[in-house]
Amino acid sequence: MTETVLEEKKIDEKWEPKIIAFLCNWCSYAGADLAGVSRIQYPPNIRIVRVPCSGRVNPYFIIKSLVDGWDGVVVSGCHPGDCHYISGNLVARRRFAILKELLEFFGIEPGRVNFMWASAAEGERFAVLIRKVTKIVKELGPNTKFQKEWC
Amino acid sequence: MGIETDNKEIISSIRENAKLLLSENQVDVIIGYSEGTVPLSSTPIIIRKEEDVDKLIWNNLCYINLARYLAPLMPQLCDSEGNSLKIGIVAKGCVGRAVNLLAVEKQIDLDNIKMIGFNCNGIVNRSKIDLEIGEKEILDVSISGDDIIVKGHNWEKKFPYDQYINELCKVCQIKSPSATDANCIGECQELESIHDEFSDIAEFESKSADEKWAYIKDALQVCTLCYSCRQACPMCYCNLCFVDQNMPTWFGKTTQFTDIFTFHLIRAQHLAGRCVACGACSSVCPVGIDLNIITRKLEKIAKERFDYTSGLNAETIPPMMDFKMEDEEEFMLEED
Repeated sequence: MTETVLEEKKIDEKWEPKIIAFLCNWCSYAGADLAGVSRIQYPPNIRIVRVPCSGRVNPYFIIKSLVDGWDGVVVSGCHPGDCHYISGNLVARRRFAILKELLEFFGIEPGRVNFMWASAAEGERFAVLIRKVTKIVKELGPNTKFQKEWC
Repeated sequence: MGIETDNKEIISSIRENAKLLLSENQVDVIIGYSEGTVPLSSTPIIIRKEEDVDKLIWNNLCYINLARYLAPLMPQLCDSEGNSLKIGIVAKGCVGRAVNLLAVEKQIDLDNIKMIGFNCNGIVNRSKIDLEIGEKEILDVSISGDDIIVKGHNWEKKFPYDQYINELCKVCQIKSPSATDANCIGECQELESIHDEFSDIAEFESKSADEKWAYIKDALQVCTLCYSCRQACPMCYCNLCFVDQNMPTWFGKTTQFTDIFTFHLIRAQHLAGRCVACGACSSVCPVGIDLNIITRKLEKIAKERFDYTSGLNAETIPPMMDFKMEDEEEFMLEED
């Protein structure tokens, strides 16, 4: 995608970010489901990928998403201590901490990549946080630094 | 006391210790440094006989981290059944760190390793010298007093050592291997922890996101993805690196900036809390990219977030192999 196209995209008032969400099967995915069946409104900008555990999320998934042109990434798992696999989210937390610091160090806007906890009972919290993520990414504008130019 | 005399003392102590180890049959092979075949370099050498110890040298161009040859183990260091021989290794501080960390990660058995320790006096930044010399051919490099003297056809240039030392060596606090007498001969020390302010990267960190991105883009965009940095790294011992995986092909093979950046970012992620700050990656880079800033950042993350410095001993588990319930999670998204 050429830069002028991206510029136009930025000016475009109607531009909506596309956000990829990695949700863990046991808590956050069920939380998203609960938000759905409870008819809680949240922005339709997220596309959900169901993963077994937040510990399954390789940092490369996140980078690859940005390379492939997603404007934002959100990873959500069970609260610490509630992991179905006992410690998957604790392992993931250290990984994310380092990834987030490195991205910031390299000059990627910190808001592009977000991490959150949401349990299966927290449909409301899930919707609130997704609204927040969408707002953050919308303010950042389209993902131009990272996107690959496919020829 | 100049660098020249320092080096002479180090060489004689290395040779003496190597001779002792070989004559007492404490080790079967010794891996060390020898004169390089091209200017501004050195070559690793494996010796088995006592009379060969004079081939071992030390100068400020011995940038290779010899622990690289321990994991995966070089065939030259194995017996006919593929078991590890008793290996002596000439160890500056960062080689000692790498050996310790490889032992923690169960890649080597410390019982087979004997380090020949000494107080490292720093490594010269080759690419900086290369850059100043330009395209002229170098015929001879020597060290006299505190200067590095580079000679060519009808020209000679002096480089003061303290200005051309590697950035990492300027802030290095682990000059000799951190080990006990059981697996180290010569200079060694037992370090509990080190204190570091990381003032050298504070300035870079205080820049705005766009400035940082511009700097990183400028520094990395000449990268040709030759993976020399990975090959030289003592901690990059995976059988199949993520860039070589092709089912599925995760990693783009072009030299577009996105792919270059992804490689360096993920490599940094893999080395977080494991990097031993030897600077071999920057020294071997054929296009002279300075990766030291990333190295320092990794050390900073490990120190400030997990209070860990890699390779100080062979017991402490690196942060990325461990977790705690009470880890910091200030980066997590919360409701307002």
